[in-house]
Amino acid sequence: MNETTHNEHLIEYVKRLADDALILGHRISEWCSHAPFLEEDIALANVALDYIGRSRLYYQYAAALIGDDTSEDDLAYMRDQRDFHNLLIVELPRGNFAYSMVRQLIMDAYNTEYLDALRHSRDTTLAAIAEKASKETRYHLRRSRDWILRLGDGTPESHDKTQAALEELWGYTHELFDLDPVETALLEAGIAVDTPALKARWLSTISTTLEAATLTLPEDDWAVRGGRTGYHTENLGHLLTDMQSVHRAYPGQQW
Amino acid sequence: MDKPDTGWIERETRRAHSDLPEIWTLLDSVCDPEIPVLSLFDLGVLHDIRQLGGCIKVSITPTYSGCPALETMRDDILKTLSQAGFEDAQVEVCLSPVWSSNWMSPEGRRKLKDYGIAPPMKHCRAGDTPDAGIGCPFCGSHNTARLSEFGATACKAMFTCADCKETFDFFKNI
Repeated sequence: MNETTHNEHLIEYVKRLADDALILGHRISEWCSHAPFLEEDIALANVALDYIGRSRLYYQYAAALIGDDTSEDDLAYMRDQRDFHNLLIVELPRGNFAYSMVRQLIMDAYNTEYLDALRHSRDTTLAAIAEKASKETRYHLRRSRDWILRLGDGTPESHDKTQAALEELWGYTHELFDLDPVETALLEAGIAVDTPALKARWLSTISTTLEAATLTLPEDDWAVRGGRTGYHTENLGHLLTDMQSVHRAYPGQQW
Repeated sequence: MDKPDTGWIERETRRAHSDLPEIWTLLDSVCDPEIPVLSLFDLGVLHDIRQLGGCIKVSITPTYSGCPALETMRDDILKTLSQAGFEDAQVEVCLSPVWSSNWMSPEGRRKLKDYGIAPPMKHCRAGDTPDAGIGCPFCGSHNTARLSEFGATACKAMFTCADCKETFDFFKNI
C-alpha cells in the first residue's frame, strides 16, 4: 500500500471514531435538564462531556492529518450527513430512559473492549487517546450496568420498557463488529482494532448483565448496516440540523 | 504518612532539574479555573517547560478528555508569561503520558482538602470511586457515603458525611 492511500485510510478511520463519539455524546447531552432526577442529570451531562471531549481529540488529530487549514470545527460542523461515517446505533433518537440506558450499556461495554485494544495501536496518538478514554469508560460501564440491573429487575413496567429497548436496538449491534477494507488494511498495519475479535467478550458482558437483570438476550434475526459508508437512518439529518445550526449561522465565531 | 506517588516524584524531579526555575515559579500563580486554590503544577497539568531558541514552550496535559478548563488554562499561561515579558511562548497539549490524579502534589492535596474537597485516594484503581469511607474534609470522619459518582465537574464525585451531615466533593481517582 502506498503512503497516500495509507494516509487516506488513517484519516477515514480517525474521523469514524470521532463521529461515533460526537454523535453519541450529542444524543446523551439531549438529556441535560430532562433526566429523571438531579444527580442523574449531572451524571448524563458528565458522560456526554467525556464523549464530546473524546471526539475533539480524534477530530483534532484528523484535522492535523488532513494538513491544510481544516479544523476540528470544520469536521464537526461543516460536513453533511453522507460524510458522517458513525455507527447507526449512536444516531438513533434518545427514546425513553430505558432505551438510552440500554444503548449506553451496549456502547460502554463495546468501548471497554475497543479502547483496551486501541491502547496497543502502533499509532501513538490513537494509543494515547485510548489510554485516557479507557479510564473514563470504566465508570461509564459501571453506571450503565447498574441502571440496567435496576430497570430490568425493577417494576414490571421498567422491566418491559428495558426489554422492548433491547429488542429495538439489537439489530444495530451487528455493525459494531464489521471490518471493511479500510479497517482491514489498517489492522494489518497494526493500527486499527480487530472488531470481530471483540465480540465474544462484549457478548459475555452483555449476557451476564442481562441475566442478572432478569432480561432476555434478543434473537439475532435482523441486522441494519450502513453507517460506515454514509447510509444513515433519517435521524442523523435531524440531529445535525440541530447540532450544526449555530456554527453554520455564524461560521468562525469565537466565544 | 503514605509514601508519595512515583508520578509525583517524577514531576518534582523534572522541575528541580529544569534550567528555567523562574518560569516554573512564575507559573505557580496560574490556577485551575474551577478549583482556584490549586496551581496547574499542583494539579499535575503543567507537565514541562522548555526553551527552544527564544521561545518558551510549555506542555500541559488534559485531566479528563472533556474538561472545558483546558483552553482557559492555556490562555492563562500565555497571559501570565506575556505580562512577565515572555512574549514568545507556546502552549502545547501532550496526550502521553496520560494524566493521572496520582500526579497531584502533596501540597496540592493539602490545599484541596482545606478548600473543602476530599483529595484522591492514595491507592485506588483509576476510574473507580468507593461507595463509602472517603474522609470528610470538614470534620475528618470516615463515616461517609457516596451520593453520586458524578459532580459539578468531570473530576468530582459527591459524598455525604453521616457525622457532620455536610455534603462534600471528592476528587476522583483517574
